Amino acid sequence: MREVSTLLIKEKIKKMFIEMNHELGNDVEAFLNKTREIEESPIGREVLENLLDNLAIAKEKQIPICQDTGMAVVFLQIGQEVALTDMFIEEAVNQGVREAYQEGYLRKSVVKEPLERVNTKDNTPAVIHYEIVPGNRIKISAMAKGFGSENMGKIKMLNPSDGKEGIVKFVVDTVSDAGPNPCPPVIVGVGVGGTMEKAAILSKKALLRPLGERNPNQTYGEIEKDILGRINASGIGPQGFGGSCTAMAVHMEYYPTHIAGLPVAVNINCHVARHRESVI
Amino acid sequence: MEKIILDTPLTEKRAVNLKCGDMVLISGTLYTARDAAHLRMIDNIRQKKTLPFELKDSIIYYAGPTPERPGNISGSFGPTTSSRMDKMTLPLLDQGLRGMIGKGLRSPEVIEGIKRNKAVYFAAIGGAGAMISNSIKGIEIIAYDDLGTEAVRKLSVKDFPVVVAIDTFGECIYDSGRNKYKKEF
Repeated sequence: MREVSTLLIKEKIKKMFIEMNHELGNDVEAFLNKTREIEESPIGREVLENLLDNLAIAKEKQIPICQDTGMAVVFLQIGQEVALTDMFIEEAVNQGVREAYQEGYLRKSVVKEPLERVNTKDNTPAVIHYEIVPGNRIKISAMAKGFGSENMGKIKMLNPSDGKEGIVKFVVDTVSDAGPNPCPPVIVGVGVGGTMEKAAILSKKALLRPLGERNPNQTYGEIEKDILGRINASGIGPQGFGGSCTAMAVHMEYYPTHIAGLPVAVNINCHVARHRESVI
Repeated sequence: MEKIILDTPLTEKRAVNLKCGDMVLISGTLYTARDAAHLRMIDNIRQKKTLPFELKDSIIYYAGPTPERPGNISGSFGPTTSSRMDKMTLPLLDQGLRGMIGKGLRSPEVIEGIKRNKAVYFAAIGGAGAMISNSIKGIEIIAYDDLGTEAVRKLSVKDFPVVVAIDTFGECIYDSGRNKYKKEF
């Protein structure tokens, strides 16, 4: 067994959340740079310019890119040959989030209970997904998920006979109905198969993929392309002011499912796609 | 694109000159209020209590900032989704509220209220909170301090960038923009 202190995980988590809230991956910035040349609408181009300015200001002045610094979502892939020591893992993750949001001047947006809605004042707890994998390493994938886009997600249990067309229609309709609300240009995460909750988790995981990377399965890769084309023909455009760039990418993930079902989940991310990966 | 310079208060005369799609730079005073502050203001109106600020010809900004770093005036301060305030907007419009800044769609009832009261709905760029913070020159919490980021703040702003999303005639950029660029697929 390889021993790993959860205090190390806590430190990684803290660093990742502070960093991601001030600086995006190069993939989004490259996309915005390319798209401002080809966006058809003048106001859309102006929006894309502003988004690039915003990224530069955030990085330089260390002001969060967006004021909704998100709810913390953490995927932990833990090798089965790892023995975790020190703090309880869940507490370590939450402590990392707590320190990031307090010391990094990030907004605390989490309420303790959904109806009374009293703020926990430290942005905890995180939503944590654990997975046991072969080997002796730990992979941490962390994302700060804003709720302007999270609120526009949907899940539907389609019939197997609805097939590819049913999936395409449901995803395109979901993004079209959301219009300007999730802050386009968006990334569309789609989970297909499994059970209801499996599809939802896959749709979230799909958002972690490098921007625009196609699913290696050709069928799914083609569907991603088809959906992206349809969404960008909708006319919604940057911020919904009208234009040709509504989505930056569509990422699909799938899983075996039941003979009677075709679950489909859509999880939308705004252009401020904040996530980081780290391997211990 | 050309920008229109607009000073507060947002009088009827100034409001009716703004057209859907105009890019505007606002200077003067804005008041922030999100979900929780709206609930309290609506409650105050019902109980005929005084509101934290005079609504007539004022502009509400739907926003809750990040905490500012020491030495900075403002944290990240972009708009939140406006539709969550739809159910609580009409009583404020009927009391003279003239402008709202947020992002995203509004309900048909709010659009009717905007027309009836000759008000304007502006969109700020969602996810550009760092850039927007440059236009904020002063922040004062004036009510509901216990709400933290959702407290009512009085903002002093200079050249605060917005787009006219719904004008006093009810013309909406989210419809006209989409129709203009929609393609057959």
